[in-house]
Amino acid sequence: MREILKVLERDGRATPRQIAAQTGIPEEKVTQLLAEGEASGVIRRYKAVIDWERFGDERVFAFIDVKVTPARGVGFDDVAERIYRYPEVHSVYLVSGTQDLRCVVEGRTIREIADFVAQKLSTIDRVNSTSTHFLLKKYKDDGDIFAESETDHRLMVTP
Amino acid sequence: MTMPEPENHTPRQEFRFGADDMAVTPPRKPLNTVITNCPPSGIRRFFDIAQQMENVISLGVGEPDYVTPWRIREAGIWSLERGYTTYTSNSGLFPLRQRICSMLRRRYDAHYDPETECLVTVGVSEGLDLALRVVLNPGDEVLVPEPCYVSYIPCIEFAGGVAVPVKTDASDGFRLHADRIEAAITPRTKALLLGSPANPTGATQSREDLSRLVALANRHDFYLLSDEIYDRLTYVGAHTCLGSLPGARERTIVFNGFSKAYAMTGWRIGYICAPEPLTTLMTRVHQYTMLCAPHVSQVAAIEALDNAEPDVEAMVADYDRRRRLFVNGLNEIGLDCYEPKGAFYAFPSIRRSGLSSEEFAERLLMEERVAVVPGTAFGPSGEGHVRCSYATALPQLEQALERMGRFMRRTTECNTDTGVTAGAGR
Repeated sequence: MREILKVLERDGRATPRQIAAQTGIPEEKVTQLLAEGEASGVIRRYKAVIDWERFGDERVFAFIDVKVTPARGVGFDDVAERIYRYPEVHSVYLVSGTQDLRCVVEGRTIREIADFVAQKLSTIDRVNSTSTHFLLKKYKDDGDIFAESETDHRLMVTP
Repeated sequence: MTMPEPENHTPRQEFRFGADDMAVTPPRKPLNTVITNCPPSGIRRFFDIAQQMENVISLGVGEPDYVTPWRIREAGIWSLERGYTTYTSNSGLFPLRQRICSMLRRRYDAHYDPETECLVTVGVSEGLDLALRVVLNPGDEVLVPEPCYVSYIPCIEFAGGVAVPVKTDASDGFRLHADRIEAAITPRTKALLLGSPANPTGATQSREDLSRLVALANRHDFYLLSDEIYDRLTYVGAHTCLGSLPGARERTIVFNGFSKAYAMTGWRIGYICAPEPLTTLMTRVHQYTMLCAPHVSQVAAIEALDNAEPDVEAMVADYDRRRRLFVNGLNEIGLDCYEPKGAFYAFPSIRRSGLSSEEFAERLLMEERVAVVPGTAFGPSGEGHVRCSYATALPQLEQALERMGRFMRRTTECNTDTGVTAGAGR
């Protein structure tokens, strides 16, 4: 299964046949394992990695660190949930250090994100403070480098 | 301010020779006959053609498609910044030799003393040249299982030796047969030169077959030169370091390097491990001809051994996926291919096409723009095969298979038309 996941992690569109060819696992077995992986939630979904900036879309991202007062019984979980339910919130992590939650938020404009912070995030109970860092340039995201890839300098034929 | 005229200034023309002294004649004394008689590599011609064409998918490249892992490159850059731009000791940086020897001990249970039994070389290529010069006297014979890497036979000849090819074939995965080797042994047999995993076949030799080889070497007293540059690219079974086999150590020279496992071909860095008397003499040649391997590459190699294991494992896993896909694909389109267990080459049979290796490679390049290397570039016993490197990105491999499939359908149809049956060799 790990072998199959390694292939899919790189290429979500790999067909069972292609996966079978690369891993040596029979195609029917691959199909079965994929179904099991999807059912159990090991495979959450298949998606493309898109460079929206190259496409021409302007999107604004911000990293927002949030300081929260934890509560008995729930810790930070209930506040985190109130934040991650917003669709413009891409990710929410509980982190160590001076802040508690680190969120990645997307918006069309800086103004939109500022409004989200001022009106939604800061007003949540037990949120004590926020600190917002706007993303200026994306170099690498989730393992994918968003710059020109290195050219192949090899000669055509070598011993 | 004007420069004063030198007092004894003499016009230049007065130094001219007379017309008779200046008679220009081309040199007539023949150049070294061994080298002038050595043909250029069969790979060269295809390189020249392929280089001028567009949209070529090259399966002709004998090096990784990866760039050296960043942490290794960064270590090289750092070494330049810090001014490590000097010679090192002839044998190479001691910390590097220590790491090489401890890695060989840990990985293969092969024991070499970093002080006296390890020499850092400019790739395996230099190591091989040193070893052959040290081992051979003029006319000594070296057994070479064939097909073999393009440099083996020329290097033997340059060192004054005589190469004695021993045929291996695809029917049993290019296995080394002790009886075939024994049949080729003469009183002048001085050494056997072997690559496992092998370029161009991708074949690996089993521990049992290697042990038989060691027994033969002891019985007939010859040296074993073991090129293990592809050791880490072993996908089926475990690699055996020849120097670790019982009875082998005292007559074995192990060559290895960083080019393939760490994608460091251009850094030109490798090493030799051998018993002290051999290493001492090889170091002697090295100290007069090469002085030392590049300092920057040695520093980078230390980083490779210390920290690049995850990078190696990721690359090897990737080669293995491509290997499976590519070898399956070749078999599906009628290019029969035994399973290559190491390196990054497939060496399929092209018999069904009815073409010779040269014709196959040339027509495939011209008609479908896929560059492969004719098997004959690796010795006459490579006839009937081509070497395909799968050190190429997956989508390109799939595209190459498609083009090769089209080519095969065309040539086999053509064979039926003209009455040539599929499978007829030439």
